[in-house]
Parts: sequence; structure tokens; C-alpha cells
Amino acid sequence: MEILYFALDYFELVLFLVLLSIGFFVGRILEQKHFKSIRQRERESKNILVFAARFPPNLAQPQDCTLVCGQVVISSDYFKQFVAGLRSLVGGRFRGYESLFDRARREAVLRMKDEARNKGYKMIVNVRFETTSLTGGRQGALPSFEVVAYGTAVRPR
Amino acid sequence: MADILVSNIEIVPGRRVIRHLGLVQGSTVRSKHAGKDILAGLKNIVGGELKAYTELMQEAREEATDRMIQQAASIGANGVLNVRYATTSVTMGAAEILAYGTAVVLE
Repeated sequence: MEILYFALDYFELVLFLVLLSIGFFVGRILEQKHFKSIRQRERESKNILVFAARFPPNLAQPQDCTLVCGQVVISSDYFKQFVAGLRSLVGGRFRGYESLFDRARREAVLRMKDEARNKGYKMIVNVRFETTSLTGGRQGALPSFEVVAYGTAVRPR
Repeated sequence: MADILVSNIEIVPGRRVIRHLGLVQGSTVRSKHAGKDILAGLKNIVGGELKAYTELMQEAREEATDRMIQQAASIGANGVLNVRYATTSVTMGAAEILAYGTAVVLE
């Protein structure tokens, strides 16, 4: 019986290590791929201007405007969460999570730009970001976040 | 609903606001079915975008925006200005999305 318990404990440890290494290697590869695609799409969508300023320039001119919105739900990987758990003991920067939010925000902006482009606009003003945690405060759940970017697309009429 | 103008700035360049009709809002609470939830749980191991949840939130946002626009239309507005979104997580896998703004009549 004791051997069985030992095997179960051992199994949990093995499972933990496997998940940790999958999280580390696959998660890292996916993140690099995502960053590469983000950089490329950012170059491609350079011609769409994005401002956090509240009003478009030249207010007197009649302009079409419409709301555009981009959103992404992103989650941390198993490895990052483990490291974050250790990190919270000593405090300081959570580098893994910083890159996660960076990815999510840039992706959200790109989607917003895509929507503007599909609707035939080239400028977005009054861009706002909003970030929400979707885990609902449940303990032990892997953190997932929603990032939204929205703004008003304008074009001279 | 194409005739209702929605924007998150307080003015419409080149058009005058004739009348303010007050606050309009739309909200929805959505959750995904268990199968997709489990898939998202697996995706959690390697991290990255959870496409099922992104889709869910996108649908929810469209629904909330539509309801806001319907409310605006029902009180005779032809524009909703200064629109804001707010998202609250209710439980794991369910979230409320609220869209609100000021209904106006534009010339």
C-alpha cells in the first residue's frame, strides 16, 4: 500500500516536471513566433495612425467616424506561473508577465487597426485600453487576462 | 442599425449635436460551454492566446454594443457618443460586458 502511495506521489512530481518543461519550451517558442508576427504586422500597418489624443486634428472639417475595437484573451503558461509564484516571495519584476501583457496589448492594437482598415479608415483617435482578469478570483487557476483596445476611427468626408 | 453613429469621442467633427437624450447602456453576461473550457484549460499549459475566449468576449462585446444601440434607437437618437466599455469577470469562464454612452440627436 505504501508503495502505491509513493508511486502516486512520484507520478504527481513527474507530471509537474513534464508540464513545467512543456510550458517552458513550447510556451517560449510560441511567444517568439507571436512576437515575430506582431512585429511584421506592425510594419505592414504603419500607414494607419493611432492617437491617444481625444480629438482628431482639424475639427471644423466634416468627418465620418465610427467605433473600432480590438481584443485578445491571453493566458500565462505553466512555467511562467510557477516562476511568478516563486518571484512573489521576494518581490520585484515579473518579466514573464511583462512580455505577456506587451504581447496582448500590441495584438489588440493590431486587431483594432485591422478593423479600421477593413472599414476604410486610416486614423484612430481617443484610443483607450482596458485590462480585465478573467480568472474570477479562483485559487489555483492559471491566470488569463482580457485586453481591449478601442477608439474612434475618423476620415475626412 | 447602420444609421446610428457610435463613437468614443464627445463630438462629431463637422456636425452639431441638437439634443442630448441621456445615458444608454447595454450589457451581457456570457460563458462558454464546458468542452471549450477544458480545451482552454489545456491551452493554459503552454500559454498564449485563448482563441475560444477571445471569440466569446468578442461576441459578448458586439451583443452589448447592439443592445446599447437598440436602446438609443428606441428613444429616437441617431448617435451614441463617448462610448465606454467595462468588463467584469463573474466566475471562471463567465464575464459581464457593459457598454454605455450618451445618446444624442445629430443634425
